[in-house]
Amino acid sequence: MTTAEAGRLAARDEHPAHQLRRFDDVTAPVLLDVNDLRVRFNGGGRVVRAVNGVSFSVAPGETLAVIGESGSGKTVTSRAVMGLLPPTAQVSGSVRFEGRELVGCSEKELRQVRGRLISMVFQDPARSLNPTMRIGAQIREAVRVHEKITRQQGRDRAIELLRMVRLPSPETRYVEYPHQLSGGMRQRVMIAIALACRPKLLIADEATTALDVTTQAQIMEMLLELQQEMGMALLLISHDMGLAASYTSEVAVMYAGRIVEGAATEELFERVRMPYTKVLLDAIPRIDRPSHSLLPVVPGRPPDLSDLADNCAFNPRCPRVTERCRVERPALEEHEPGHRYACFHPHRAEGE
Amino acid sequence: MTALDEPPPAAPGAPLLEARHVVQEFVVRDHGGVRGGVVQAVSDVSFEVREGETLGIVGETGSGKSTLARSILQSPRPKSGEVRFRGVELTKLRKGELLDARRHVQMVFQDPFGSLDPKWKAARIVEEPLLAYGVGAAERGRRVRELLDLVGLDPSLYADRRPRQLSGGQCQRVAIARALALSPALIICDEAVSSLDVLIQAQILNLFEQLRAELRLAYLFIAHDLALVKQVSDRVAVMYLGRLCEVGPAEEIYRQPLHHYTRGLLDSIPSPDPKVGRRRPSENLGGEPPSPLDPPSGCRFRTRCPRAEERCAAEVPELRTLAPGHEVACHFPLEHAAV
Repeated sequence: MTTAEAGRLAARDEHPAHQLRRFDDVTAPVLLDVNDLRVRFNGGGRVVRAVNGVSFSVAPGETLAVIGESGSGKTVTSRAVMGLLPPTAQVSGSVRFEGRELVGCSEKELRQVRGRLISMVFQDPARSLNPTMRIGAQIREAVRVHEKITRQQGRDRAIELLRMVRLPSPETRYVEYPHQLSGGMRQRVMIAIALACRPKLLIADEATTALDVTTQAQIMEMLLELQQEMGMALLLISHDMGLAASYTSEVAVMYAGRIVEGAATEELFERVRMPYTKVLLDAIPRIDRPSHSLLPVVPGRPPDLSDLADNCAFNPRCPRVTERCRVERPALEEHEPGHRYACFHPHRAEGE
Repeated sequence: MTALDEPPPAAPGAPLLEARHVVQEFVVRDHGGVRGGVVQAVSDVSFEVREGETLGIVGETGSGKSTLARSILQSPRPKSGEVRFRGVELTKLRKGELLDARRHVQMVFQDPFGSLDPKWKAARIVEEPLLAYGVGAAERGRRVRELLDLVGLDPSLYADRRPRQLSGGQCQRVAIARALALSPALIICDEAVSSLDVLIQAQILNLFEQLRAELRLAYLFIAHDLALVKQVSDRVAVMYLGRLCEVGPAEEIYRQPLHHYTRGLLDSIPSPDPKVGRRRPSENLGGEPPSPLDPPSGCRFRTRCPRAEERCAAEVPELRTLAPGHEVACHFPLEHAAV
């Protein structure tokens, strides 16, 4: 490791967001508190249980990654926090933001929160921007919804925001349309819009998935810098374990609508307990693995969310399964300090 | 000779596929059909794939890697250059002859749903290429069952399913079975596992690996994910804005890249190990690739390169061999320490 890297790592560890926070620490301030969140969709004669009792919290300035495959409920969870689910969704449980309950709020009340206190960046920047509106107008609109400002103030603010997200020549970009920008630049504009009112929580739902690795690295670095400057919390929704390992302080892994493992990032990656997390980590192609090696895989695919039994949802694919896993559901509990997992037969590394 | 006979093998030592100075350009039309500019999608690319070998091609969006794959299949034909498959020059073949040659080069695409006919059953999808090459009915039925079995789909369960009754991973398996139907020698995978979830992706990667061993297949594996390419490749070619910047043995490219772009790409990958921490954020890879409509003169990477000098703007760097089998197109390559 070079000295520059060592310095960077040390700086990262000193940042408060990267210090280990215990789940039962009641004195820690909580920004977002999600408790027993459940989301069901009725349709076509079946009930799809997308989220089944998810609980987590985010402290001010913290970075939490929610990791899962498609259909694990990570996106539905994030949309439920923002109140962005379609009317067919039945949401129960509680989502408290600074002590204020968001589940069951009226659309009018939610609009007070969205964009001003909690903002969101989506995966597809091309479809999230209005193709017929200039970049500047879209950013101005985001500010005007929450604050009374003149046109000139709006312009200054928008250009300042574009500069903040490191978009080259912001004055030129201000009058351009989304199609004139590359994917990475559009995502920067989306972030500028999301940060327009200096929210306390930013939800990034696969925000860098569609981007190239070099652009992804630039955007993530920028997001983390802005986060530290603004003291903003970040909820990173992703399927990418590498992203979670590199950029977050806390990780929650979801499977079939439940959190199955959660801990501080370093703790989780060092002491993986839940076999699902282990399998997920092992299946990622890594550059330090020799070519043509077979990846350890598990057979099958995630369960049908309209037909969930009261057992461990991972049991048909689990390498450590026993009879108990098929008839009983393990609760998500803090089995070790700061480390929650839902498993009867947790994985242990050799020598533990 | 029936349609499924093995083709005559290439002369010993000759590469399976050889591309020389392939150029592909597209004219962009402005309003009213006025010639607006020329996208230089692939510029002077040369490489070869040997029998049973996997060559990985990595590059960012717009680097021309998919266009390169299509140029090899002559769909559309490249603007200039040579593409030889088992010594046969594909660019000069007439339509019927080309159809015959394409039998041995098959393709698997990124979107498993988009590349299968939604109204067709899996068995019919896999059968189509056999039908096109005049294989008899009994032989077809046997071969379809054999192929589905080979890609890990139980024929009795899946033969009669339509794509919407299959998951993404299963659809991709059907697409692979279709590609294998005519016993090709080379399969071109264009981001073939990129849209799949990690666990399904691992299953498909292992399937590719197993097929390689069983059928002695060669692959041209195109992807933007460096780790993915490392997993399957013997050799790797790195592409930037229509040109190859580095070609070499997979292990060596990742351990000791010679091109500044490759270094930058490797540094951008987030590691699934928090102890590694964030790599040096690739300051050397600030900005974004320039437009292929107006690529920089000389070295196309120079606008983002930390090492760029005047010479890079004036002179196009040619691929040159710096270590056995390891070529780089750079005037000022990274140090190659003897290992």
